[in-house]
Amino acid sequence: MEKVVDPRIYVRTCAALLVLLGLTWAIAYVDLGPFNLIVALAVAITKALIIALFFMHIKGSSRLLHLAAVAGLMWLLILVSLTLSDYFTRGWVPLNH
Amino acid sequence: MPILTSPPSESALVAEQFDDIEQQRDAAKLGMWIFLASEVLFFGGLFLSYTIYRFTYGHVFMETSRRLDVVLGGTNTAVLLVSSLLMAFAVRAAQLDQRRALVRLLLGTALLGCVFMSIKMVEYHKDYVEHLVPGTHFEWTGADPSNAELFFWIYFAMTGLHAIHVTVGIGVLLVLALLASRGKFSGGNYNAIEIGGLYWHFVDVVWVFLFPLLYLVGHR
Repeated sequence: MEKVVDPRIYVRTCAALLVLLGLTWAIAYVDLGPFNLIVALAVAITKALIIALFFMHIKGSSRLLHLAAVAGLMWLLILVSLTLSDYFTRGWVPLNH
Repeated sequence: MPILTSPPSESALVAEQFDDIEQQRDAAKLGMWIFLASEVLFFGGLFLSYTIYRFTYGHVFMETSRRLDVVLGGTNTAVLLVSSLLMAFAVRAAQLDQRRALVRLLLGTALLGCVFMSIKMVEYHKDYVEHLVPGTHFEWTGADPSNAELFFWIYFAMTGLHAIHVTVGIGVLLVLALLASRGKFSGGNYNAIEIGGLYWHFVDVVWVFLFPLLYLVGHR
């Protein structure tokens, strides 16, 4: 049988997620310049990791599932990095028309 | 030659191609994670276009984002996070073979999904009344109206695709609740609950990114 998780862990997970929601909401009212985006993204990534680890049971599941989960992110990384490397470097080389 | 059979209770639950119920469960979860990876790329394309336009028209995005209702958006985030908690408990109830608790938790999760959709519809209506829906109806008094409209295109595409996912999720939860009330998932055959849970949590994760990126651009 699969391991049944202690219900307190789920409650704590949800509490942590709600605290992080409050944090990201509160920080939006403080002007940190470009760091607003960085903090918002860091909090969102932390929340996503917490959901994946505890609610989606990545913690305690097989290596194969870890690989499948990470593979999704790797493909996303390829999509984003190749596209952005085009968009953000278009002005670097002057074109002779 | 002796005929090898597994115990009758388990053999009824395990499909022919699997050795045992554990292997069947692992295969189901792997399949779902691969599906979720394709969903990551599905939403990824939208997140990518958001990223490009946000960096290209950063100031317009900051102004337009302030027109969204952060209280409704934030409340919806909390609603989805709590619904994920109920879903996690539902999977736990399925693991422990507690049929009544499972049905109630699935219905509770679906109910919170409906609360999310109701708040979302109130928000869409508010956007419509305020002439923020892109198209001929769109009105923008600030600078750069065409790029402000672009932000709302992205906003409606991303939240709309997410809302479709939530609606599908509610349907899945209701079907699972019906099947659970008939005792379909007793005796360790709760793969469908676990997989449905993975889908629901994934939809939650998408909103976790949508909320700060759409509602909290820059500072308010």
